[in-house]
Amino acid sequence: MSTHASTAQPSYLVDTGARKGLMAWLTTTDHKRIGLLYLYSMITFFFVGVGIGFVMRLVQLTTFQKLISAQTYNALFTVHGVIMIFLFVVPGLPAIFGNFFLPILIGAKDVSFPRLNLASWYFFVAGAILAVLSLFTGGGAPDTGWTFYAPFSLKTGTNVSLAVFAAFVLGFSSMLTGINFITTIHRLRAPGMKWFRMPLMCWALYSTAWIQLLATPIVAITLVLVILERFFGIGIFDPSKGGDPLLYQHLFWIYSHPAVYIMILPAMGAISEILPTFAKRPIFGYKAIAFSSMSIAAVGSLVWAHHMFTSGMSATANMVFSLLTMIVAVPSAIKVFNWVSTLYKGSIDFQPPLLFTLTFIFLFCIGGLTGVMQGALALNVHIHDTYFIVGHFHYVMFGGTGMALFAALLYWFPKMWGKMYSKKAIYASWFPMFIGFNMLYFGMMILGMMGMPRRYYVHLPQFHTMHVVATVGSWLLILGLVMFFGTLLYAIFKGEKAEDNPWGGVTLEWTIPSPPPLENFEEIPTITHGPYHFEQQEAK
Amino acid sequence: MSEHAEHSAEHAEHPGYGTFIKIWLILVVLTGCLVGVSHLGQTAAVWGLLTLTPLKAGLVFYYFMHLKYEGPLFKVVVLVTLGTLLIFFALLFSDVAFR
Repeated sequence: MSTHASTAQPSYLVDTGARKGLMAWLTTTDHKRIGLLYLYSMITFFFVGVGIGFVMRLVQLTTFQKLISAQTYNALFTVHGVIMIFLFVVPGLPAIFGNFFLPILIGAKDVSFPRLNLASWYFFVAGAILAVLSLFTGGGAPDTGWTFYAPFSLKTGTNVSLAVFAAFVLGFSSMLTGINFITTIHRLRAPGMKWFRMPLMCWALYSTAWIQLLATPIVAITLVLVILERFFGIGIFDPSKGGDPLLYQHLFWIYSHPAVYIMILPAMGAISEILPTFAKRPIFGYKAIAFSSMSIAAVGSLVWAHHMFTSGMSATANMVFSLLTMIVAVPSAIKVFNWVSTLYKGSIDFQPPLLFTLTFIFLFCIGGLTGVMQGALALNVHIHDTYFIVGHFHYVMFGGTGMALFAALLYWFPKMWGKMYSKKAIYASWFPMFIGFNMLYFGMMILGMMGMPRRYYVHLPQFHTMHVVATVGSWLLILGLVMFFGTLLYAIFKGEKAEDNPWGGVTLEWTIPSPPPLENFEEIPTITHGPYHFEQQEAK
Repeated sequence: MSEHAEHSAEHAEHPGYGTFIKIWLILVVLTGCLVGVSHLGQTAAVWGLLTLTPLKAGLVFYYFMHLKYEGPLFKVVVLVTLGTLLIFFALLFSDVAFR
């Protein structure tokens, strides 16, 4: 593989066009800048979501005397879900690191459709603005929960129509990004970059893009039907007009369960990039990980109704979906085995990205195994709609996708900004984050097992102790998050200059300068071997 | 083969008006069949819809939307999409048909 450590091109952070400053960023078609636009918007929304979560935990500090009204509480858990899912976790890794690194990882200058890429970001921002507007206009913030279940979402006087329309617009952003990535991977791979020479992040992004493309239109149409039902009473989901509310749940989860894989697959891809670099050896079972990404995308699209075991669905469907749910655990477990095997007998270089990667594996395993528990019908009936589900979901989405996003940010930070952060400060932020996380979400799972229902404004005295533990955990978690992002923000402005390849990585992004030049490569590289070729580095 | 030559070869395979009119007439006849079947009761109407409508859609895809003249990749992509849809239907029926 040829390397191009020196280049005459300016960094992508330098304005080279006619427009300067903010306008240069808002009209950019450079994939790296668009990745950063997503990053800045998403982290902003993430902290709004964190703030709402903080208030919800404060509400549970007392048994009956409350800070806010029950209606406001309903609005808060709805908005927390909408923001965190549609504005942070779903676009998350593909929009940030997919945009920034996919072309570089396959040896391309940009994505296939750069203008469409910018349009996707504008769809994202438009959807976000509509979501925020829905809080303050019409009948007030939606109170249905992020799932917008019919028939309540059809009847409530709150501003569900606008919130649903916001999710519809956000769906376009997701679909267009999916189309862009699929085309980019098919058409723009560098000479010699065969399918099985692609880094595993590309496989993960490819699988994700197919889900985005095939599943998102279903929820988009479903959400339009909700709007039509609210305005014109067409009677698709409203039982009083002959409609079927379970049909809404089916259509919603046909998208929203695969959406969980949209959220987690790119995270798994990032983890598969980080581990070989810090174990200094090729990934164990490359093809198994690549195929498991594709099979997670395929089988994960067929398990949606495990969210509906207590909804009144037929017993036959319950059994079919329970079985399929068990099957989807297999490719996920294959990945975990391969990651652990990659570390085995590796020459481990313990650095902050690896710490967060190991945290991901640990927390994701708890989230994954509690998911398999819920796939079992008999148990699901008891814990459905309890805090156990909330705890499990946060282990997968925050402990999984969130920690992987942090690991990826730490891993690629020196490449993205050309600066290095304080490793000590990152280690210091990990402790409150990890301890707080487990107090909060394991506490929630215990509460669920004890019988505490989710989305309840008040709780009975027997649940109080665990609620206090979880709330204190939320404070520690937020402290860790503030320390983490504060460290990175400081490093962007005041950090020491980073080397081009501070971790000793061997994939293409580490062969170019930090921060990358405008068109990534001085000349398109020719690929002669697989992505994790550490033999070459050892020879040096 | 140059891009231009490829393009010309592709166009040379395209059907004339005669084929389009024949397909249109078949579609009209199938629509007539569907209307007729709908008068034979609900079961017949449902089966008519489930069989004749995909056939009509297939003809539109194949001839009017030029799928017949595309390469194997496009055909596979369409088949995968339709296959996915069929699997979704089957899984939905595991609920609706056994409630």
